Amino acid sequence: MQAFVDQVLILWSNSSALLKGLEVTLELGFAFFAFGFLLAIFIALGIVFAPKYVSSLLSGFSWVFRSLPAIILLFIFYYGPARIGLDISPFWAALLALGLRHAGYQTHYFRGAIQSIGTGQLEAARSLGMSLPRGLFEIILPQMLRFSLPASANEYAITIKDTSLAFAIGVVEILQQGKYIVAREYNPLAVYITIAVIYWIITRAGTRIFAYLEDKYMVPGFDLER
Amino acid sequence: MNFLNYVWEILPALADGIKVTMIMTATSMGLAAVLGVIVALGKMYGPRPVRAFCSFYIELFRGTPLLVQLFIIYYGLPEVGINFPSLTAAIVGFGLNSGAYQAEYLRGAIQSIKTGQLEAARSVGMSFFTAMRTIILPQALRRVIPSWSNDVIYTLKYTSVAFMIGAQELTSAGKIMAGRYFRFADTFIIVGVIYLILVYIFSSIINNMERNLRIPGFEMRD
Repeated sequence: MQAFVDQVLILWSNSSALLKGLEVTLELGFAFFAFGFLLAIFIALGIVFAPKYVSSLLSGFSWVFRSLPAIILLFIFYYGPARIGLDISPFWAALLALGLRHAGYQTHYFRGAIQSIGTGQLEAARSLGMSLPRGLFEIILPQMLRFSLPASANEYAITIKDTSLAFAIGVVEILQQGKYIVAREYNPLAVYITIAVIYWIITRAGTRIFAYLEDKYMVPGFDLER
Repeated sequence: MNFLNYVWEILPALADGIKVTMIMTATSMGLAAVLGVIVALGKMYGPRPVRAFCSFYIELFRGTPLLVQLFIIYYGLPEVGINFPSLTAAIVGFGLNSGAYQAEYLRGAIQSIKTGQLEAARSVGMSFFTAMRTIILPQALRRVIPSWSNDVIYTLKYTSVAFMIGAQELTSAGKIMAGRYFRFADTFIIVGVIYLILVYIFSSIINNMERNLRIPGFEMRD
C-alpha cells in the first residue's frame, strides 16, 4: 500500500511534465487529423470525378500512404528534407507524415461513401444547371461526410493513438515526457500505465463525440444499407 | 557510393530483418487468432465474470496505443518480476493487441449467423462445444476472413514499431545501416519500398485465400 501511495506521489510531482506532453500530443493529433481529413475530401472527390490519369495517380497516392508503416513515413519525412538541404522540426515532420497517412486512409472511406451515393446525383445536379464545384460541395459532400462518419470515428481512434509514434523521431509528446520521468524515478510500470489511461480517455472521449455526431446527422431513411 | 550500389550493400542486413519481421508477424497472428476465438466466445457465452474480463481486455487493448502497450510489457512488467526478451515482448504485445481486434470481428461474424442454427444444433442433441465447433465457427471464421486479413497487413506494418523496444526486425536493421553509412533518407526509402512489396505480396495471398474459401451466396456484407 505504501508503495502504491509513493507511486501516486511521484506521479503527482511530475504531473506538470505529463500535462505538457499531453498538450503536444493533442496539438499534434488534432492538427494532423484536420489536415488529413481536409486533404482527403479533395483527393476522394478527385478519385471519383477527375479524369482517369489524375484519378489513378490519386489512388496510387492513397495506396502508398496506406501501405507504408507509420514509422517509415515518419523517418522519411524527418530525414528526407535534410537530404535535400531543408530543415524540418520533428513536430512538422510528424504532422506531415501522419497527416498524409491519415489522408490516405480517410480517402479510402470517403471514396466508398461517394460510390454508395452513386454518380447519378451529380449528373442530375449538373443537368439542372449547377456548376461542377457547386454540385460537388452542395450535393455530394454533405452526404459523403455523413455516410463516412462511422468509418471516420474508427479512423479517429486509430490516428489519435498513432501520435505516440512521433516519439520515434523525438517529438516531446506525452510518451517522451513519460520516458524522461522513468529515467529520473525508475518507475516504468506506473508511468506507462498512467499514459495508457490518459490515451484511453482521449480515445473514448473522441469516439463518444463521433457517436453523438452520427446520431445528430443521421438522415432518417437514408442510412446506408448494412 | 551511388544509390543502386548502396541498395546492394545493405540488402543482406535488411534480409535478416525481413526474416524477423515475418516471424514476428506470423507468430503474433497465430497467437491473436487463438486469443480472438477464445475471447469472442468468452464475451458472448461465458459466465458474467468471464464476460466482464473479456470486455475489459478488448477495451484495454483497443483503447490504448500499441507503443504504450509494448512499453508496459517490456519496461514495466520487469518491475513485477515478469521479464521478456525484446522479440518475445513484441510478439506478446502484437498478439494481445491484435487478439482484441480479432475477437471483436469474430463476435460480429458469429452474431451475423442466425441464432436459430445454434438452437437447432442443440435441439438435435449436440453439446454446446460440438455445435460451436462444427456448425457456428466454420461459418463465422469464413466470414471473418476479410477483417482478419486486414489485421494481418496492419500487424505486418506495425511490427516496425518493435525496434523501439529493441527487436531486431526490418526497421531496426534499416536504422543500423542508416547509422553506419550515415544515409538516413535513402535507407528508409529502401526499407519503405520493401514494406510496400511485402504488403503487396501478403494482400495477394490473402485475396487468393478469400476467393478459395468463399461459399457462394454466403459472403459477409460489411
